[in-house]
Amino acid sequence: MIIAIPQECQQGECRVAATPLSLNKLLKLGYQVHVESNAGQYSSLTNQSYSQAGAVVQVDADQLWRTADVVLKLQPPTLMEIERMKAGALAISFLWPASNIPLMEAAAARGVSLLAMDRIPRISRAQKMDALSSMANIAGYRAVIEAAGAFGSFFTGQITAAGKVPPAKVLVIGAGVAGLSAIGAARGLGAMVRAFDTRPAVKDQVKSMGAEFLEVQVEESGDGVGGYAKEMSPEFIRAEMDLFARQAREVDIIITTALVPGKPAPKLITADMVRSMKSGSVIVDLAAEQGGNCELTRPGEKYQTENRVHIIGFVDFPSRLPTQASNLYGNNIANLLSDMTPGSDGNLVIDLNDQVIRQALVVHQGKVHWPPPPLETPVPKAAGLVAISSGPTAMDRSLEKTSRSPWLWLGLGFVGALLLIGLVFEAPPGFVQRMTVFVLACLVGYQLIWNVAPALHTPLMSVTNAISGIILIGGILQMTGDWYRPAVLLSAVAVLIATINVAGGFLVTHRMLQMFRK
Amino acid sequence: MQNLVLLAWLISGLFFIISLGGLSQHQSSRRGNLFGMLGMAIAVAAAILWLFGSGSGGSATDVLDPNGQANTSVGGLALGTAIVLMGALVVGGLIGTVLAARVEMTAMPELVAILHSFVGLAAVLVGVSQYIGHPPSANEVGDGILHLGETVVGVFIGGVTFTGSVVAWGKLCGRVSSKSMLIKGRHYVNLGVILACIVFAAGFLVTQSTAIGVSLLVIITLLSFVLGAHLVMAIGGADMPVVVSMLNSYSGWAAAATGFMLKIDLLIVTGALVGSSGAILSYIMCRAMNRSFWSVILGGFGGEVAVVASDGQTRKHHTTSALETARWLLESSEVIIVPGYGMAVAQAQHPVREICEILKQRGVKARFAIHPVAGRLPGHMNVLLAEANVPYDVVLEMDEINDDFPHTGVVLIIGANDIVNPGAQDDPTSPIYGMPVLEVWKAEHVVVLKRSMATGYSGVDNPLFYLDNTSMLFGDAKSSVDRLLQELKSLSAPR
Repeated sequence: MIIAIPQECQQGECRVAATPLSLNKLLKLGYQVHVESNAGQYSSLTNQSYSQAGAVVQVDADQLWRTADVVLKLQPPTLMEIERMKAGALAISFLWPASNIPLMEAAAARGVSLLAMDRIPRISRAQKMDALSSMANIAGYRAVIEAAGAFGSFFTGQITAAGKVPPAKVLVIGAGVAGLSAIGAARGLGAMVRAFDTRPAVKDQVKSMGAEFLEVQVEESGDGVGGYAKEMSPEFIRAEMDLFARQAREVDIIITTALVPGKPAPKLITADMVRSMKSGSVIVDLAAEQGGNCELTRPGEKYQTENRVHIIGFVDFPSRLPTQASNLYGNNIANLLSDMTPGSDGNLVIDLNDQVIRQALVVHQGKVHWPPPPLETPVPKAAGLVAISSGPTAMDRSLEKTSRSPWLWLGLGFVGALLLIGLVFEAPPGFVQRMTVFVLACLVGYQLIWNVAPALHTPLMSVTNAISGIILIGGILQMTGDWYRPAVLLSAVAVLIATINVAGGFLVTHRMLQMFRK
Repeated sequence: MQNLVLLAWLISGLFFIISLGGLSQHQSSRRGNLFGMLGMAIAVAAAILWLFGSGSGGSATDVLDPNGQANTSVGGLALGTAIVLMGALVVGGLIGTVLAARVEMTAMPELVAILHSFVGLAAVLVGVSQYIGHPPSANEVGDGILHLGETVVGVFIGGVTFTGSVVAWGKLCGRVSSKSMLIKGRHYVNLGVILACIVFAAGFLVTQSTAIGVSLLVIITLLSFVLGAHLVMAIGGADMPVVVSMLNSYSGWAAAATGFMLKIDLLIVTGALVGSSGAILSYIMCRAMNRSFWSVILGGFGGEVAVVASDGQTRKHHTTSALETARWLLESSEVIIVPGYGMAVAQAQHPVREICEILKQRGVKARFAIHPVAGRLPGHMNVLLAEANVPYDVVLEMDEINDDFPHTGVVLIIGANDIVNPGAQDDPTSPIYGMPVLEVWKAEHVVVLKRSMATGYSGVDNPLFYLDNTSMLFGDAKSSVDRLLQELKSLSAPR
């Protein structure tokens, strides 16, 4: 089968859907690869490098489109491009199906299948083909570079002979893939970075990238489905806006990456906040395409406000790092095709039972499959906390049924039996009193032991072991009368072995605890 | 005098509670242990004081109990008895000290098990001695029978603890096969023994003759010995953490029953503390294996090879070399080491710590992930790593570290199997399905140090070994780790 890589026709799109590196994988899968002449020119990839890698460089664009079984693109194919494709062929690209319904209907009428890279579900197995993540990673990096370009000072703090330079303070809002990548890039340049996200689960990730994690004092988790954030309560938003307002006065760079799926980007940086910022500060709005997180963002533009704050609202950050972006995108597609080519024989197999394919293949065999069926399994990776905590809870519950209840019943039964014996045999008051002591001590023990750190369970066992040697008291108290009485001798043996227990238990615990060090 | 002793015992009881409370954190744990020692010293001193001071007329315990009726025993402490008592204390203390000082940290499970057996035996001896020292006279009806009942219960629990712990000890140090011994109808055997005990106990309660009473008590003791041994024989090696903590619990209940018998509140309190501690540990262990308590106690899991690779195909696994593993380790930024029983058996904890140190010097973040049932004792791995001087803040529990596997470069699995089996999560037919496991397969690379492709204790095949990102490094854990250490040293040496 023939895979075609046409030149992107959209103005300003510098990326290309396959590079000589990713192309290699396609060839290994048994495909023939045709590349339109000059397809990689804006990504600094020459025709020669493609042909050296084993592709056919096609000068005639019409010929390329007509012969292709699979077309790889970045931007959605245009109506004109769909007309050029042969019936039954497949186009793989970003598609944004929600806003491209006429296009999908046209493709269905023409018998062309469309696979949307932006609809690949975010499940662990599909991470290697998750082009949105790889593009977001690039966007985050590029956002910092753009900010550095506009910012009139160093990122890193320095003390020079000519004076002291304070480090730049960067605030990253939204710690998704793009946000984390921006944190990493800004840290790499030496800035002081702080980050905010509504999902507490990402706190550790933020910290691991070397940034400070800002929190608000309202308890609410922003974990939504699919590893994205959900919309928050008004109360939370108020607290969050206060935080941003305070930060805006202090920081030099704000990079916003906050998106809620299916909704316009939340407005987080108000015009007032922008006015409160120092002149020369920079705002990079990665959500500009969805309307922007900053009220003053002009999508697609970079400009300065009256108080000399740069606002960068480009919508094509990945395309501004074209070589790397092309390479990662090419790899994502190659991984996808590798899953769709089980025989490595150049024959594409469309398996509609495959969750990934079913979600992403929005037009197939003349029908539009949009919106797709909901994803069945919870998303494990990004929504980490949600998925992981919901699994065990159900299990814990069933465990309590199986494991805790025997204990409970055993204990209650034991106590009940003893009390019954006590009643039947007209126990003296002393017995009931001792029973009370016993039950209370059990409860104290129960409360105490749950607090013991699991790492200390072995010392716990040896120390309780030593303590249960208290039985030696019982032995001692039996030792009345002359030593040769059998009762005394038996007690002496009991005292002897119980003492072994006491001494051994405490000392070995001591030895163990000495070894634990920080 | 009586009040002084009782007060001292109250203080001891409080100290024991403080002692267990101290174990909730590393920082306070040593102080906790000291409180335990102090409590014990006070308790013993008070008991001896009481014995010396009890003077003539009635034995020590009788005077302590206002409801008890004075017996016709010889009062006071004879010189010979004092010498025997001191001798027992000194000799016992010496033996205990030597045992504790000599034991290898890898042999900790054995030591704990054998110490449990001592408590059980002591409970039996105290019970029997109490009976022959103060046989019931005919005129005690109510209290007498209750008292005898307490004696029987104490002796029975003590007996089960004793032989159960001895067998557990034998299994842990390899003197008894760690496979579960399953005789046909074993549940009926256990039931029969318990019923027999109840019948004999009833006879013991009503008999007027001391001779018959003693012989019945001995028979019950022997039956409880049989029951304890048989119960633990049926439990496989992998379930030992549960068994050991269960015996821990029994030893506590035995002490509490003795406390009822002798009417000493301190024994009741302490026994209850230990008993509930062991019970909770057993529960935690059961939960970590997703098994019900009964299925562990009634045995039969560790030996039966339940299911072997259900599809019957031979699947491919990847092997690797120590050199390659060393390169992977140095190239990644985060490494997690998952130790299992194999590390304990091979005593590989010291070279593992050295590996950890080299990685740290090279800027690789190396941490340890500990599954609750790794090893043969709750917290076993923590003790071993501590012995090898691994700082405890890089040793993490399953819940703390499970989220970190996806961004980990290399996971090094040393002698662990079932606790990293992905089948527990995604294969409903697997016998260990539902058991919480370490999600190592989410890491970029998994290296398994293992002797061969054999299955773990549960006899369950491990799909982890056939994953594309898993490589096997075959060999004895110690020699593999040593080789790995060599390669790491030569790779990271300045050239």
